Amino acid sequence: MSRSTLDAAPSRQVTGTGRKRRRRTPFQVVAQVLGELLITAGVVLLLFVGWELWWTNIESNVKQEQALGEFFSDAPPVLASPAPAEVPASPGSDGAAPAAEDFGEPAVLAQGDLAGTFGVVYIPRFGENYSRPVTSGVGSDVLDNLGLGHYPDTGAPGQVGNFALAGHRQTHGQVLDQIHTLVPGDRIYVQTREGYYTYVFRNTEIVLPDRGDVIAPVPTQPSAEPVDRILTLTSCNPRFGAQERIIAYSVLESWRPADAGPPAEIADRVARAAGQG
Amino acid sequence: MYAWIFRTLPGPLWLRIIFSVILVLAAVAMLMLYVFPWVSQFNPLTDSTIGSPDS
Repeated sequence: MSRSTLDAAPSRQVTGTGRKRRRRTPFQVVAQVLGELLITAGVVLLLFVGWELWWTNIESNVKQEQALGEFFSDAPPVLASPAPAEVPASPGSDGAAPAAEDFGEPAVLAQGDLAGTFGVVYIPRFGENYSRPVTSGVGSDVLDNLGLGHYPDTGAPGQVGNFALAGHRQTHGQVLDQIHTLVPGDRIYVQTREGYYTYVFRNTEIVLPDRGDVIAPVPTQPSAEPVDRILTLTSCNPRFGAQERIIAYSVLESWRPADAGPPAEIADRVARAAGQG
Repeated sequence: MYAWIFRTLPGPLWLRIIFSVILVLAAVAMLMLYVFPWVSQFNPLTDSTIGSPDS
């Protein structure tokens, strides 16, 4: 149905919009409109995929930077950690080597202070610049905009029990995209205005989405009395899917009060993150 | 349909091309600002919480 042969009529008087066209049957008109609508639907679906997988990350990263800025403007100023003479400059060495100073029982945020963006998580395994805000709540308003969300009614950072966080594996900042790359022994640092909590990654497990007991004070044992200080990260599994959940458990290793400065391993990251605000 | 819209737009060819580009961009902006965020909440593939505390 080439139009060019029709348009090639020798009559030159046709101008602009008034080009002479062959009359089409109603069926042809309906078929053409339907076809154009279907093509449009396909383009819109592709746009949606692009928006979800790419644009939401850009939007979420901007909002997370803002949340970090607000956190650092409220938090006590980041003090340079005192030059740790005894810490050898080998972050790759195993945990036993640099015995952290002992600051006793960790100070813990009260449940009432677990509101808004109350902390920052640093995970060196996830990259040089990985610093993500932690915000109260796991609704889509938090997870889709601000990255990591804290399950209400779970523990505070450093508390005996379970400090449980959720984050997207894909889309909306994909804060836990790399969760499967954690290696036992990896440090996960949490900063609040009380101080810095160093957790050591222990293991992941993959469970079905209804296993709410993984965020119990003693994970998977809801009735047990907690003894350990656990950090639990939850995200979707597999990547680009949500049939399962991947759970990463870590245990508190040490803590430093805010006025002692950040742990030497993350001092420059904290300074960078604070500088963003 | 799109041919009809293009013919209906006023002005010379170059103006109609500019109009079409603006219309397309406006449609994309509406989708990205309002439609996609709304649709996204029904996307089960981005659900990363556990149990049923999800609101």
